[in-house]
Amino acid sequence: MISWPLFFSQVFNGLTLGALLVLVAMGLTIVFGTLGVVNFAHGALYGLGAYAGYVAYGYTNSFVVAMAAGALCLLIVGIIIERGLIRLYYQRPAEDQILVTFGVAIILVEGMRAAFGGLARNIPAPSWAAGIVNLHVTLYPTYRIDVLAIVSASLVLLYFVLYRTRLGLIVRAGIEDQLMVNILGINVTRTFLTVFALGAMAAGFAGVINAPIVTVTPDMGADILVQSFVVVVIGGVGSFWGAVVGGLIAGEILALTAMIQPAYSQVMLFAAMALVLILRPQGLFGVEGRQ
Amino acid sequence: MEGERIVAQRKKNSVSRRRVLQGAAAAAGTLPLIHVPRAFAAEESIGNWPEGAKGESVFVGVTVPLTGPYSADGHDLQKGYEIAFEHLNEGGGLVPHVPSLHGKKGVLGKKLVYKIADTQTQPNPAVQAQTTFITQDKAIMITGCLASNTAIALEKLAQRYRVLNMVGCSGANETTGVDCQKYAFRSQPSAYMAARALVPALAKAIGKNKKSIYLVPDYAYGHSVEHSTGEFTEKALGWKSLGSQVCPVGTTDYSSYLLNIANSGADVFVNVAFGNDAVASCKQAKQFGILDKMKMIVPNISAFQGQELGPEIMGGVYGTLDFWWTLAETNAMAKVFVDTFYAKYKYRPNWPAHIAYTQMMVWADAVTRAKTFDPRKVIAELEAGHKLQMPLGEVWYRKEDHQQVRAVPVVVGKTKAQMRNDEDFFQIVNLTPGPEVMPPDFLGCKMPTSA
Repeated sequence: MISWPLFFSQVFNGLTLGALLVLVAMGLTIVFGTLGVVNFAHGALYGLGAYAGYVAYGYTNSFVVAMAAGALCLLIVGIIIERGLIRLYYQRPAEDQILVTFGVAIILVEGMRAAFGGLARNIPAPSWAAGIVNLHVTLYPTYRIDVLAIVSASLVLLYFVLYRTRLGLIVRAGIEDQLMVNILGINVTRTFLTVFALGAMAAGFAGVINAPIVTVTPDMGADILVQSFVVVVIGGVGSFWGAVVGGLIAGEILALTAMIQPAYSQVMLFAAMALVLILRPQGLFGVEGRQ
Repeated sequence: MEGERIVAQRKKNSVSRRRVLQGAAAAAGTLPLIHVPRAFAAEESIGNWPEGAKGESVFVGVTVPLTGPYSADGHDLQKGYEIAFEHLNEGGGLVPHVPSLHGKKGVLGKKLVYKIADTQTQPNPAVQAQTTFITQDKAIMITGCLASNTAIALEKLAQRYRVLNMVGCSGANETTGVDCQKYAFRSQPSAYMAARALVPALAKAIGKNKKSIYLVPDYAYGHSVEHSTGEFTEKALGWKSLGSQVCPVGTTDYSSYLLNIANSGADVFVNVAFGNDAVASCKQAKQFGILDKMKMIVPNISAFQGQELGPEIMGGVYGTLDFWWTLAETNAMAKVFVDTFYAKYKYRPNWPAHIAYTQMMVWADAVTRAKTFDPRKVIAELEAGHKLQMPLGEVWYRKEDHQQVRAVPVVVGKTKAQMRNDEDFFQIVNLTPGPEVMPPDFLGCKMPTSA
């Protein structure tokens, strides 16, 4: 059943699947790396972003406005959650942090369900990305190809912020050694707020970007959250390139296993994670001993 | 093949041996009864009876998925239960139209009280909640679920505690097949019944000798539907299956499965995914151009699939539904159900609500005719095959597998131009009579004779 056209289509599909995972995992890994908080609410924030986009789209019929609304709305939500709750947990044990973010996730998901119901909502692909492209090996939705471009552009922007700005320098330094950054008299509180809010914004943006592909439901973040954690583990905590490479590897594993034996694609993803944990516990691009 | 024949032969032998033993046991069992006063035998407690029926009310435990991929269907199921309890307690809705319940409030004069718990579309929370309902609330009956794995788990739970279980939504063959239980009764058509009902419509609309490919959610329901649909389309229509894409429940991105399907060279895409998964996979199939080059069929259409996908995707799609509201135009009972539901919830009921509502009515009727909540008597009453007029016409249970014999609506999605109102998504092409589609061999169910 496996033919060359199918193989090439699946390799390409793995790339777009991976790109979406990179976008979601990026927020997760930077928040974890800088703040040391495993954010279990990341999937819920992703869903909330999609709903914000859905509402904005309903009023304006513009996908660009929906993207901006998803990102902005979640930036604000991120600030509120960090100031109101998460900052109280920086000095608490990891279990407390996991529980509190998990609780936030439940509240957000059930809040969305209360407001919008369980029915699947839809944000259509923008008119400039509607339709199907003939890639010669396969037909492929235009929007998914555009997603590759959108994700690439966002990553370039993020790379610029992380590696070419003062904020990026502090964030990267924080990932390497939080204590030292503190000692150097840098206002870590403000940095943490910025990082958490940017992480939430990235999740919300990813939610809107993904909405035309999947359906908008309160639980939409559950599936992708788990996969994004796998990406972070494979790539290494707090690593920009780790998230990129980890995401692409995860996408290819999902697509290529599905080509051979669909029932095992999720299993193989976790098998790959287990393999990385055994052979290189800090992840492919992670640094040993990072907290 | 040889192995199958041996197993079949053994089954045949074991049945006959069983019958002989049962006959002997029954003969032996009646002897001591002659000397025992009848009243004493009838008062012997079982499960939560008679303790759960001593007060002025009886408790019914309800579990529905309010979260997770089947939550939209779950909320419809929940509303079906709520309105059924309301009607039974106050004598409204269909109650005056059921002869045994006419003019009555409550069941056997007792008010029905209930609690609804969320299953999260998973078996474990459902089993936990129903265990609490049975052990602490002394549930006299348990009901509700929206996935066959949950249904089967609850059937076994009910059997263990000897509490009656009116199964909610479950389409797998196993529910009233190999996993059938004495204490469980299912009203939804099994995958076998749905597939058998669907075949004549497919013959007319799509034709013979086609190649098909399946998208299958990885649990009892998915495999059952694939098996039965594959079997009937192959036997009756000469369709050849090119295989199946098995995916986990709750998948959001189906692209890699759909690429396999797009490249398979099939003529027909059989989409077995359910709930939100059905919506996501159909939408993505459209995006990948699959619906333009293949005919899609959905053997068991989810409650809100028409609404969520719209006629652009569902128009022309064939499938079956447990119930569709346009039956109200031809059936007086269906009209009462649809009208009262619409008055309360401002939309027309979907089939999960229909299952909840009619299962409650059928149970209340059986209890009333048995004149007791004693599950053994109620089971005997349900097994007696008493025919009851319901929104689908006459329905009754088979004693051999506890599957309801009921009509199976075969439907096709309407196009935008054909829709008469904003909920008019399907046209019933065939209301297949129940007896025509029942599995003759009970799909491996071996029902014990006594409860």
